[in-house]
Amino acid sequence: MRKTTRKFLAVTAGVASIALLATACSDDNGGSGTPTSGETKKGDDTTPITLTVATFNNFGYTDELLAEYSKDHPNVTVKQTIAAKSEDARTNLTTKLAAGGAGLADVEAIEIDWLPELVQSGDKFLDLNSADVEGRWPEFKTKPATTASGALIGYGTDVGPEAICYRQDLFEAAGLESTPEAVKELLGGDGATWDKYFEVGKQFTDKSDSAWFDSANAIYQGMVNQLEAAYENTDGTPIPLADNSAVKGLFETVTGADVQALSAHLGQWSGDWDAAFQNNGFATMLCPAWMTGPIEERAGGITGWNVADVFPGGGGNWGGSYLTVPAAGKNAEAAKELAAWLTSPATQIKAFLNAGTFPSQTEALTDPALTAATNDFFNNAPVGTIFGNRYQAIKVTPFKGPNYFSIHTTVADAITKVDVDKSADQAAAWQGALDAYNALGL
Amino acid sequence: MSVQSPVEPESDLAPAPRQPRRVGFSQTLSRWDVKVSPYLYISPFFILFFITGLFPILYTGYVSVHKWHLLQGQGDFVGFDNFADVFKQKDFWLSLRNTLSIFVISSVPQVIAAILIAALLDQNLRAKTFWRMGVLLPYVVAPVAVGLIFGRLFADQSGLINSWLGVIGIDPVQWHVDPLSSHIAIATMVNFRWTGYNALIFLAAMQAVPRELYEAAIIDGAGRARQFFSVTIPQIRATVIFVVITSTIGGLQIFDEPRVFDPAGAGGASRQWLTTTLYLYNTGWSGQYNLGRAAAIAWLLFLLILAIGMANFFVTKKIATGDASPSKKKIKAAQKRYEAQRNS
Repeated sequence: MRKTTRKFLAVTAGVASIALLATACSDDNGGSGTPTSGETKKGDDTTPITLTVATFNNFGYTDELLAEYSKDHPNVTVKQTIAAKSEDARTNLTTKLAAGGAGLADVEAIEIDWLPELVQSGDKFLDLNSADVEGRWPEFKTKPATTASGALIGYGTDVGPEAICYRQDLFEAAGLESTPEAVKELLGGDGATWDKYFEVGKQFTDKSDSAWFDSANAIYQGMVNQLEAAYENTDGTPIPLADNSAVKGLFETVTGADVQALSAHLGQWSGDWDAAFQNNGFATMLCPAWMTGPIEERAGGITGWNVADVFPGGGGNWGGSYLTVPAAGKNAEAAKELAAWLTSPATQIKAFLNAGTFPSQTEALTDPALTAATNDFFNNAPVGTIFGNRYQAIKVTPFKGPNYFSIHTTVADAITKVDVDKSADQAAAWQGALDAYNALGL
Repeated sequence: MSVQSPVEPESDLAPAPRQPRRVGFSQTLSRWDVKVSPYLYISPFFILFFITGLFPILYTGYVSVHKWHLLQGQGDFVGFDNFADVFKQKDFWLSLRNTLSIFVISSVPQVIAAILIAALLDQNLRAKTFWRMGVLLPYVVAPVAVGLIFGRLFADQSGLINSWLGVIGIDPVQWHVDPLSSHIAIATMVNFRWTGYNALIFLAAMQAVPRELYEAAIIDGAGRARQFFSVTIPQIRATVIFVVITSTIGGLQIFDEPRVFDPAGAGGASRQWLTTTLYLYNTGWSGQYNLGRAAAIAWLLFLLILAIGMANFFVTKKIATGDASPSKKKIKAAQKRYEAQRNS
């Protein structure tokens, strides 16, 4: 008995020392600390280097596409790591940034929604401003990635201009005009307003068992993204929610009885939402370019989907991504060059053809490969042209400061309580939002 | 360790004083070997524990008394302000309620079911290994996958469980609205995953129970139930304590299941199923990135787990001891009585 214990201890000791050694070794990779962005090493053209690109979901960067870069830069090998979900990538990025940037990829992909927090720590990223990329993107794409001191921390990849996706068959059954052109006019064409959208919704629901839209929160999201300063003043100070008449107005609109009568009362991305695609749950959806993918995934076998080139209240952008270069990287300058190449209009068109990521680069909009793009699932809708037009219609760049999402959550929760949970009436839900806002302690 | 270090001559055997021998270095080494080696051998555990256990706990304490932003790093020393802030948050108290409720709804049936399943598996079954691996199967499924599957089962409008309830004439349950319903749904996920795992631990303990005890019990006329309560349970007491403690720790740290229970992962619009670990995560790693406050929550959770773990330890000890085997006090009293009899 005693002998086995000793042996066991010896084995444990051995294993443990190996583990300790392994931990000590792995530290080497990241001991570089955080150089300030000025003194990052300039990439020269002869030493062989490997650049890593960390993305998530599907950016459309195939191995062939990345190999093209090595053709022009023989000393550079590009490797991509892909996280299955953007949340995983986000946790990885923030945790490693917090630890000083050790272990990050040379190029890190981010989503637009992460930017309000990341621009606060802009010094952890390389300033990507450069004459080469001047004017590559419109203001609504670059502004969210620009820090207070004017540094650009991300190069735009794709973007989410919003149109209306709708069920042509359900429109027809309800006796409404159903071709994409007719629906565009029905909803008000270029002068489409939210009131008009809800008015047509009333006509539709009077004659149909289906709801008009899927989720009040989705509608609210579309509306609030058209406000220039929704929850915070442009200097970053929060607007007290109790005094925020614009937001309160939107809240009362989407939770009011008239609009609630049009809702399918679903939370987006929930199981019930998924199921509603199969049982005619709703007829229209606010539809950023990338949403066509999720709709197709869930609505397999349903043939009536189409896209109308219209959006209430002017244009709107929902989502989209960027490539950043963490300042702690050893090959930051070379990584910047790679990021610039990956986000060039020509490369982005290839990525679009690979994965349908709609380009954020103005120049790419007129590329024949884009304008000719159609989507089979949406009855061959000319999605390239439609979303290109919707892109041009985006006029407002909503300001999103450090507290944007904390405050947005308080209102979104209140809408969920009325729309999905039905656990509170309008007044009680708003009071709940005010309480939650006060608990934030801003 | 075969080399005996030179010790001072034992006085009664060799009374004559001897010249002190010069102690060679190798002998000194041997002496160190005897004295120090055991500690050296067990030190890796303590070093690892220090690095991965104690240090983080203490450092979390250090973070908790500072203003600390996840990305911008350390701020001013604020004393216990973070703790005070946490106590003022309605969400914190809600999260405690939810955590305790989910813990009770999951752990209690889980441990009881695990013991019963283990007792069944301990019988003479055909295809033993098949059944034993079968109960472990849910444990192999990743929690997030469990979350996705149960998300479909427990969907409010389109879920399978509500359809079944409809068949037997029960109104659909709003699994994602009512707090208690959501807790039951989450506890179901937890139980699905852990019951089989615990059952195997119990099974291992049950197989170590000497069979003579059962034979004796049978001769004494004990039925199956009586054998179970009077032989099996007392014999696996240590394991019961172990499982109760580990499932207490696990149960109070439930995270994956509530996080994937809805797509937002924030614990519901009214925080119906926000658990404390989820609250901790959302405070520190999303939204406000308030690491200082998250650290304070972590410490409070640590203290809570410690308290409930201790309470469970004593309760289980009591229950498992029962009247089947006498307590130490009783044994001592009996010994005293025996000695008193013998002396008189």
